[in-house]
Amino acid sequence: MIRRILAGIALVFFVAASAQAQHTLRVAYDADPVSLDPYEQLSGGTLQLSHLIFDPLVRWTQDHQFEARLAERWEYLDDRTMRFYLRKNIVFHSGNELTANDVEWTFNRLKKSGDFKAIFEPFKSIEVVNDHVFDVRMDQPYPLVLHSMTYLFPMDRAFYSGKTADGKDKAEIVKHGNSFSSRNASGTGPFTVTEREQGVRSVFARFDDYWDDASMGNAGNVDQIILTPIKEDSTRLAALLSGAVDFIAPVAPSNLQNVAEHPETKLITMPGTRAITFQLNMGRVPAFRNVRVRQAVDYAINNAGIVDRIMHGFATVSAQMSPAGYPGHIEELVPRFDVEKAKQLMADAGYADGLDVTMLAPHNRYVNDERIAQAVALMLSKININVDLQTIPKAQYWTQYDARAADMMMIGWHSDTEDSANFHQFLTACPNEETGQGRYNSSGYCNPYADELMRRANSEMDKDERTKLLRQLEQILFDDAAFVPLHWQNLAWGVREGILAEDIVNAQNAPYFGDLVMEPN
Amino acid sequence: MIIYLAKRFFQAILVLVVISLIGFAVQDSLSPQQAVGAIQTAQNIEETGFAERYFHFLSGVVQGDLGTSYFFKEPALEVILKKMPATLELMFAAALIVAALSVPFGVFTALYPNHMLSRFILSASILGLSIPVFVTGILLIYLFSVEWSVLPSFGRGQIVPIVGYWETNFASLDGLKHIILPALALASIMLPLFIRLIRAEMRQVLKSEYVKYARARGLSPFRIYFVHALKNTLLPVVTVGGIQIGTLVAYTILAETIFQWPGMGFMFLEAVNRGDAPLIVAYLMVVGAIFVVINTLVDVLYGLINPTIDMARMGA
Repeated sequence: MIRRILAGIALVFFVAASAQAQHTLRVAYDADPVSLDPYEQLSGGTLQLSHLIFDPLVRWTQDHQFEARLAERWEYLDDRTMRFYLRKNIVFHSGNELTANDVEWTFNRLKKSGDFKAIFEPFKSIEVVNDHVFDVRMDQPYPLVLHSMTYLFPMDRAFYSGKTADGKDKAEIVKHGNSFSSRNASGTGPFTVTEREQGVRSVFARFDDYWDDASMGNAGNVDQIILTPIKEDSTRLAALLSGAVDFIAPVAPSNLQNVAEHPETKLITMPGTRAITFQLNMGRVPAFRNVRVRQAVDYAINNAGIVDRIMHGFATVSAQMSPAGYPGHIEELVPRFDVEKAKQLMADAGYADGLDVTMLAPHNRYVNDERIAQAVALMLSKININVDLQTIPKAQYWTQYDARAADMMMIGWHSDTEDSANFHQFLTACPNEETGQGRYNSSGYCNPYADELMRRANSEMDKDERTKLLRQLEQILFDDAAFVPLHWQNLAWGVREGILAEDIVNAQNAPYFGDLVMEPN
Repeated sequence: MIIYLAKRFFQAILVLVVISLIGFAVQDSLSPQQAVGAIQTAQNIEETGFAERYFHFLSGVVQGDLGTSYFFKEPALEVILKKMPATLELMFAAALIVAALSVPFGVFTALYPNHMLSRFILSASILGLSIPVFVTGILLIYLFSVEWSVLPSFGRGQIVPIVGYWETNFASLDGLKHIILPALALASIMLPLFIRLIRAEMRQVLKSEYVKYARARGLSPFRIYFVHALKNTLLPVVTVGGIQIGTLVAYTILAETIFQWPGMGFMFLEAVNRGDAPLIVAYLMVVGAIFVVINTLVDVLYGLINPTIDMARMGA
């Protein structure tokens, strides 16, 4: 009898072990996605999830090009209409077939999403031509159609239509709410959700009928993904090093070396696109209205030193908003750093005696934000600008930021459209309540000519002409010292050997796990 | 006894009211609109006074309504009750470790103060006292998970549902493995204190007449030390233990964060980061209640162990 029980137990273990022999990828992020709804919150976490259970029309490649996904090809009908051709025979997790109607429905739904409607603001409507063809219509020529379509993840119209048992609309978007779409999902993506306990673990299984399979040349072989949030940097690192997980992100700057040097793990890095900057409030501090004082601040701050000492070299020193690869990026711009020159500028402006300013920075929003702010405060003291620094948790930071609560405030910005104009639109354009332009411009910098350049760039269809406009804009912001550039945060992932993640990560920080190849170990 | 309990009950209420006042002030300053909750008036929030808002909040609390968590969109109290078993199990495991180690170590160091092992235990305990929990935690993870890969570094592992929200770590090998490191980290704060306390008390007791008499009677040393002497050292240990268990709740915040333990301490830290005011206040209230209950129990226990204490007067 006992023998039989033992044999039974052994069998259970055997079955469990052979189930494990599939390719299971154990992922640890610092937080888990708040919702299964791709349009509830615009955040890195949402985007990561959307690329698991949904597919976009087009997506970014590592070298900043567009790759056709659900949309097979596209063409301009005129300068205000772009026609898209959907791939055929694509099914949702529910079994429904994807048609242009689903795309139209998804578009109309996301127009109601507080977080996403801004990205799709230039688009008037989507009109269905037939089951697999649709037109995107714009009010005026807009050059960033494909950029925006990387955010369009068609949802299963039939699945999200109707009422739930308690009479709520299945399609409703409720931020931090208990909506149908935040708990249920049906996309066309490579994975389906099989288990989800918020904040503890989520399990995803390969979707059997996924369109992009071996027959399409996709070598991705992950059958199951177990996603565990591990908040503490060192615990996440330990989980990777001990082999409890296979893939971690982010890797804290101080842990980079551990991952790189461990024999069983490797470090994957990529220059990031999130610009970390300070803004100088001209409304609160009259001295900041003087361009020489603003330049002096820029000259006093050692960007390279911050990257080297605080970021452990894990950031790219910047003198502008646009990272390399963006149309507005000017190769020749180098950071201003010359303390003597800064002092001279302060004296020329009549502030040789210096001034007192307040500074506000978030705590744990950006990598090492607090220490960066401390370093900047210290550097400014060298030119007699005495900084009263306060750092606050990120939950309270944005209300303080919106209230323009300090003379100098830190802000990091990632361009949603992966394009230069977006930086100016939100950070340095003349503030305008109605259009939302300059929404995060706490400096009060307002240059109508710069705004004009942005407007022209946003309707310029000629690529070279557009690049010229955006570079001109970037140069003006630099000359005016409209903001204080620091650096772009780099991205890092830690993975176990044998996982070819270097091919599937991207600057959007949403790894394409559907294409991931795990080598047998 | 009944008078004593009644007095304690009254005190407990008072403490909870004070905690609720502080908690509400926090919530009120974080988000006044939310704190007002269901006050259905067209008037401006500024026009309702703090006291009015507080009493509105208090009337909800009395009915068991501590508000709704912004993030979880569930009653804050329910969120906490779901997370509580994980935390209580962690504390229980830590307390077990403390009890299992501090008694033999304490007695041994008292009996052989000059023994090599005693010196080692005492200096190690000084070290333990002075190292913060998160350093101990990271050190444990580094040694047991990364270097030797014998124990898992995060999470609760396989848990077995018992009743209601209670899922236990103590019913499977995987669950037990997962609880060892966080419990050790948590125990590391209390262990040194208890070793030293038991040692000091034991040395006192060993000098007393009745121990000498017991020796003279020829009782076995084991019986003298672990039955007769130890019993009398336990009085202060119980008192301090009660207070310390309360402190343990506070330390679970750190231990749970390091080990990604899905308990209410970790939840509290997340709530603070998200500015989830109702959850923060609910946590403070629940932990306050735990403190009060434990302290009351300890006092009652103290009276039972030591009959010379006049319970009725003690509460006065």
